[in-house]
Amino acid sequence: MKVSPPTIGQLFLGFLQIGITGFGGVLPIARRALVERRRWLSEEAFSQDLAIAQLLPGPNIVNLSVAIGLRFAGIPGAIASFTAILAMPLVILLSLLAIYANSSDVPQITAALHGIAAVAAGLVGAMAWRMAQPLIEGDAMRWIPKLSLVMTSVLGITVLRWHLLPTLLIFGGLGIFLAFRQRG
Amino acid sequence: MGSEFFWRSDNVDNDLLAELAVVFAKLSLMAVGGINPLLPEMHRLVVETYHWMDDAQFTTLFAITQGAPGPNVLVVAAIGWQVAGIPGAIVSLSAICLPSALLAGGVATLRDRVAEAEWARNIQEGLVPVTVGLVAASSLLLARGASQTSASAIASYLLAATALLLTIRYNPNPLWLLAAGAILGLTGVV
Repeated sequence: MKVSPPTIGQLFLGFLQIGITGFGGVLPIARRALVERRRWLSEEAFSQDLAIAQLLPGPNIVNLSVAIGLRFAGIPGAIASFTAILAMPLVILLSLLAIYANSSDVPQITAALHGIAAVAAGLVGAMAWRMAQPLIEGDAMRWIPKLSLVMTSVLGITVLRWHLLPTLLIFGGLGIFLAFRQRG
Repeated sequence: MGSEFFWRSDNVDNDLLAELAVVFAKLSLMAVGGINPLLPEMHRLVVETYHWMDDAQFTTLFAITQGAPGPNVLVVAAIGWQVAGIPGAIVSLSAICLPSALLAGGVATLRDRVAEAEWARNIQEGLVPVTVGLVAASSLLLARGASQTSASAIASYLLAATALLLTIRYNPNPLWLLAAGAILGLTGVV
C-alpha cells in the first residue's frame, strides 16, 4: 500500500534522516524507512531500484538515493536525495576529524582509536563472511568453483598485490562466466 | 580549530585537489559491490603510490568513519581530508560519487528492462566471489594496520578476530563492539 509520492522537499528530509541513522552501512535502514515507515515505494519497486544500485558500480546507497529521487521527482529529485544522503554524515565526520586533529597530543584518543581500528577490521571481516553465505548454497559442484574464486582473489590481492582493474576483469569475468554457465 | 584544520597541510594547492579528483573518479566506476571492496586499491594508491599517508593513518581514518553515522563511502572524505583538508574531503567525496551516480541515474530510467533481466542477475551473482575476496582482503589489510600501532600486535589481531566471530554469531549493534574496542584501547590492552 502506497501513500502519495514524495515531493522534492520530502525526499530531501527523508534521505537526510536515513543518512544519519545508519552506523556501519545505511542500506538496511533504507528499506525500513522507505518501504515500511514512509511507504513511498512498494517492496517490489524498492527491490528493483536496489537491484540497479547493486549491479552498477559506486556506493550502493548513493546510487539507490539517485534512482529513488529520479523515480519520484526527476533530476531535481535525484539531486536532492543525493545531497541529503551525504550532507549530514559529512558534517558529522568533519567535526570528528576536527576533534581528532586537535588531539594528536592526547594519548587517550590515540589509544582508544587503536582498539576501535582492530574492531573495525573484524567488522569488515564479518561483512565478507555474510556476503559469502549465498555462495555456499547448493551442491559441491556449484559452490566449489565459486569459493575457489574467492580464495584465489584474496591471494591475488594480498600476496601477489594485484591492482584492482585486472583483479576485477579476471576474477569478475570468471565469476560472471560461471553464473551464466550454471543458470544457463 | 583554525586554518590548520581547514588545510591539513600547508602545501595544499589546486594540483593536489585535481589529483584527488582524478584518483577517486577513476575508482568510482570500479566500485563493484560498493565501497569496502575498494579499500585495498585505495590503500595502495594513497599509501604506496602517492605517499599521502602511512598505513597507520589510513587505518585510523577508517576507524573514525566507522564510529560516525552514514554510508561507508565517507571513508573517502576522511582520506581527502587527511590529504587536503575540508576542500580535499569535498572534492574526493564528490569524485567517488558523481560518475557512478550519473551512470545509476541513466540506467534507472531503463529500470523495467534491467532490474528483472536474467543477464543482469547473472552479472550481479557472478561478481559476488571477487567482491567477497576484495572485502576479505580489506579486513586483513585493516587488521594489519591496526596491529602496527597497537600496544600489542597479538592482542590487536585477537580483538579483530573476536569482533568478527561475535558479529557472525550474535550480530550485535556494531557500536557496542566499537565502544568495547575503545575501552580496551584506553586501558592499554591493545
